[in-house]
Amino acid sequence: MVEKKKTGYWLTHAGLIIGVMFIFFPVWLTFVASTVTQEAIIQPPLPLLPGGEFFENYANALFKGGKEGYGSNEPVINMLINSAIMALGITFGKLTISLLSAFAIVYFRFPFRKTCFWLIFITLMLPVEVRIVPTYEVVANLNLLNSYSGLIFPLIASATATFLFRQFFMTIPNEMVEAARMDGCSPMRFFKDILLPISKTNIAALFVILFIYGWNQYLWPLLMTTDPAMKTIVIAIDGMIPTGDDFGHWPTIMATAILAMLPPVIVVISMQKFFVKGLLESDK
Amino acid sequence: MEKRVIFKGWWLPALLVAPQLIISFMFFFYPSGQAIWNSLFLPDPFGLKTEYVGLDNFRFLLTDSYYLASFKTTIIFSTAVSVSSMAIGLYLAALADRLIKGAGVYQTLLIWPYAIAPAIAGVLWLFLFNGNIGLISYYLQGIGYDWNHTLDGDQAMFLVVLASSWGRISYNFLFFLAGLQAIPKSIIEAAAIDGASFWRRFLTIVIPLLSPITFFLLVVNIVYAFFDTFGIVHTITSGGPEQDTNILVYKVFSDGFVSQDLGSSAAQSVILLVLVGVLTVIQFKYIEKKVHY
Repeated sequence: MVEKKKTGYWLTHAGLIIGVMFIFFPVWLTFVASTVTQEAIIQPPLPLLPGGEFFENYANALFKGGKEGYGSNEPVINMLINSAIMALGITFGKLTISLLSAFAIVYFRFPFRKTCFWLIFITLMLPVEVRIVPTYEVVANLNLLNSYSGLIFPLIASATATFLFRQFFMTIPNEMVEAARMDGCSPMRFFKDILLPISKTNIAALFVILFIYGWNQYLWPLLMTTDPAMKTIVIAIDGMIPTGDDFGHWPTIMATAILAMLPPVIVVISMQKFFVKGLLESDK
Repeated sequence: MEKRVIFKGWWLPALLVAPQLIISFMFFFYPSGQAIWNSLFLPDPFGLKTEYVGLDNFRFLLTDSYYLASFKTTIIFSTAVSVSSMAIGLYLAALADRLIKGAGVYQTLLIWPYAIAPAIAGVLWLFLFNGNIGLISYYLQGIGYDWNHTLDGDQAMFLVVLASSWGRISYNFLFFLAGLQAIPKSIIEAAAIDGASFWRRFLTIVIPLLSPITFFLLVVNIVYAFFDTFGIVHTITSGGPEQDTNILVYKVFSDGFVSQDLGSSAAQSVILLVLVGVLTVIQFKYIEKKVHY
């Protein structure tokens, strides 16, 4: 800040606090709704402070899939496991194949290297949304509907991660490879003992971004999973919301919503430094 | 740029790129080719045979009032989402940049909604505006404003824009903050010594220096609004009421999977493919330019 005026200083904080409140507002009310009784919700207005049903609502959602008499769902704990498997599968899958292909493209000269590069590059332009029907058919023909492989594999080819690693490998001094080669180091040994350790920060940064990407997938799991036991938590919530005039058990739905956002939020906050780095770099 | 020192051999690198290429062919190139191919055919209503119709699917789409309406809806929607989330992001970033201490705390408090799935953001806002139990719709009712986004198209649009922008503020905030912090403080200080007020400095120095990042964010936000908001539309409105929030990506889904109109859905995919292609190229052109500043 260039000037030092007291009023400006407090106005700056006030402005930021308003912004923070706008960001927190819907999440706070969702949390409140997850800790009260159904009666407190269906007779508006909703209270602004949490009630005493926290443990009951969350236990119902996690282990019973809702309150008795309000229609049954899969226990949320199973959906959390499905989401975790999908998110981690996508994350590690993407990291692995993009590290390997970036290594090949940067450190070798082989026929069609440029072609490979462009083929990977073009996939940037093909989000799953624009090719859903044929991709669905491919997965159906492979008998992978309602399976973890079907959830994960179509989403793990990532041009972004390959580019990021390629970019980073380019900045590594040539002397390192020279020294390694002179010591008789094989390519895979160089990859494992030198390249991977110095890429640690980049891998962590991408891990955060890719985990969020994987956890929050919506359209693909929605099409892929017809078996309730395979549903991820993000798509399961949509099915819980009552349509028309019927009332669902809102405290359970809201507890599920909180549980659905908790893992990625924890990852972002606990790995904030890497997250910021990953976000600022991966989208360039 | 090429590496000077490399390893020899070609079968090892071929093996290393193979997984990525195989997956790209199976789930990217083949389906995309399939989408282009299907867009040239029209299946009969019983799905028994398909007839080659050339570009008729495209011709039909471009004269179809529903499709054109969806195009218009998408443009309004993505403009509203991009402009509002960028404006709020810039406003908060400009404030945080003024602080010497505490900017980090606000950053933590502002960026976490990035982690929330669009569909979940949709559920949060739907809950607040629910006709029966929503807190906000309840108070709106109290001041005499009738809220029912299941019947009123403008209200439905407002709600999907609100939910989509809300989750996007973090992203824009972070990029604008990084952009602001990259501006040398000496330039700002020199202007301050010459007597330029905060607003004047902001308009004549900061905004022009931020223009590359603003342009970048505009493209990225449009891509977000085009594709990633599917979950929000699906949870809040399902494209309704009537067709009022039926954005293009939602229409591909509802025509392809719900109505099983495969020829039209494929043609719509191809049009979207072209749109993403153009946006990606623009984005990359920008990156080339950005190196200089």
